[in-house]
Amino acid sequence: MEQAAQPNQAVLSETGKRQKQNVGYWRKYGVFYLMMAPALIVLLVNNYLPMIGSIIAFKNVNYQTGVFNSPWVGWDNFSYLFSTTDAWNITRNTIIYNVVFITLNLIIGVSLALMFNSMRSRRLAKFHQTMMFLPYFLSWVIITYLVYGFLNPEIGLLNKTILPWFGSDTMIDWYTDPKYWPFILPIVNTWKGIGYYAVFYLAAIIGIDKEYYEAATIDGASKWRQIWSITVPLIRPVIIVLTMLQIGRIFYSDFGLFYQVTRNAGSLYDTTLVIDTYVYQGLVVTGDFGMSSAAGLYQAVVGFVLVFVSNLIIRRISREDALF
Amino acid sequence: MATIAAAKKEKSVMDISKPANFAINVFFWIYTAICIIPLILVLVVSFTDEKTVLLNGYSLFPSKLSLSAYDFLLNDWLNVVRSYGISILVTVVGTIVSLTVMALFAYPISRRDFKHRGLFSFIMVFTILYNAGLVPFYMMYTQYLHLQNSILALMIPYIVQAFFVLVMRTFFSNSIPTELIESAKIDGAGEWRIFAQIVLPLSLPVLASVGLLCTLNYWNDWWLSMLFINDNIHINIQYRMYKALQDLQFLSSNSTAYAAILAQNPNFQLPSETVRMAMAVVGIGPIVFAYPFFQRYFIQGLTVGAVKG
Repeated sequence: MEQAAQPNQAVLSETGKRQKQNVGYWRKYGVFYLMMAPALIVLLVNNYLPMIGSIIAFKNVNYQTGVFNSPWVGWDNFSYLFSTTDAWNITRNTIIYNVVFITLNLIIGVSLALMFNSMRSRRLAKFHQTMMFLPYFLSWVIITYLVYGFLNPEIGLLNKTILPWFGSDTMIDWYTDPKYWPFILPIVNTWKGIGYYAVFYLAAIIGIDKEYYEAATIDGASKWRQIWSITVPLIRPVIIVLTMLQIGRIFYSDFGLFYQVTRNAGSLYDTTLVIDTYVYQGLVVTGDFGMSSAAGLYQAVVGFVLVFVSNLIIRRISREDALF
Repeated sequence: MATIAAAKKEKSVMDISKPANFAINVFFWIYTAICIIPLILVLVVSFTDEKTVLLNGYSLFPSKLSLSAYDFLLNDWLNVVRSYGISILVTVVGTIVSLTVMALFAYPISRRDFKHRGLFSFIMVFTILYNAGLVPFYMMYTQYLHLQNSILALMIPYIVQAFFVLVMRTFFSNSIPTELIESAKIDGAGEWRIFAQIVLPLSLPVLASVGLLCTLNYWNDWWLSMLFINDNIHINIQYRMYKALQDLQFLSSNSTAYAAILAQNPNFQLPSETVRMAMAVVGIGPIVFAYPFFQRYFIQGLTVGAVKG
């Protein structure tokens, strides 16, 4: 294998031109195809063959006869899906939560990064950064335990200790009342993920040339002024790219957050069911393959358009960060 | 903490006023507390006496401590140890295979002289753009590959992650000089050798960052177990923790130890609340210990990317 690429240049110069090029190409680059083969096989199994399976959305799947022998039903699964209130509910939940998450990640992430950057003690800044990053490394299962520690209706920290401090002794049943979750979920999501965004923004801020600030100080600009007129404009590309990447995924949500943290409580579905959890419910609980894959296809197609558009916008701003 | 900051006397334009610095410090101490108190709560509850928990609720300062939760788990150690084994096996093998397979794909598409590199990059990128969805993916693994209750089902889905491949490609093409590869070729090295002896050693930073992310993905995964595993043997530690929280049945009925204890002492009450938390502590353990190591490389990886952009 190792010698394969070598001798060809000299030896092959006599043969016919076209053939020479072909043989030369395979001699030289054939090994690349071998290198790529394992990954291609995995992609085929994980991604490309299941794409063919998307036809399930147009079929009335019978588990016994298999996917390909099941009868076609056209758009029935879709019209059924969109005739229920579910379709509207899960789309609304998915998008609104994502908009809230993206906004929080942006505002809190940049603010934390600015504060880290202005701390006088580097050592302390590093320490707090490390602590803030910790939740990012925990699995959703562990986060669920932590949330449960606070929200357990009988003995949780909130009902038993924190709320009584504020003079309230009503036992709130967190896992049955959907009205609290539009607040709980963003708090949990931000708590877990903000370290990632803050560190990303901080890296961009640290990369800014100090001379801008020196010049601004000489001109008498206040710290606030410097933040608004130097720091924020200079990290704008990073802000836009990170935000657009999230907007491209606005039709998808973190399954762990919506399934685990809510403990998949049916009484909360009004405010906690998103497309991903709906598809899973359809697949595993109700066994409604057709409707479940119709919802999946709907998500995939709209998601595709959104990623495509957001990538176009990223290209405009910073070519290097565009996916394609 | 203000004194530590004041001790550093070097004055620079970046310095903010002392009161502002003090306020920021206070803020971050509070924020740090918010980040670790939930973990400490779980830890403390796991060491609390069950009756105290039921009476006073979860508390950071319990009136009575007890080791009974761990005692109970210890009786049932076989399940926990087996789940640990599954998690470790999947994480180690998965990460190594995944890094190898992804690097092998990333190298050809990083070579500017390889004329099909655009096509193969696209094949990779398209998996980010369009996702067939859960149902066909699930059918593929269960109906056609028959990988239900198999350890392979916990590894294969995460082997190739397009985003990581693209990160590696960018690193290979930006940080490895073309001249180096050319001269190795002139010296008679084949592509495999160039890959193993030149490309990989020069790419340790990106391999470390991606490798750590893969490790984290595998270790923290419960989703694939939920989809594909329904026996008691192939359950990894995350999924066992999930099960333990989801239904108490799982803590008790699955355990032969519980039956044995109950036979000896019919009045025995399962310390369910504290055992749950002890289970969480057992599961959190390794990640907290590995964490300082993790995050340094992780932040380095991120920083490289961000500064470049």
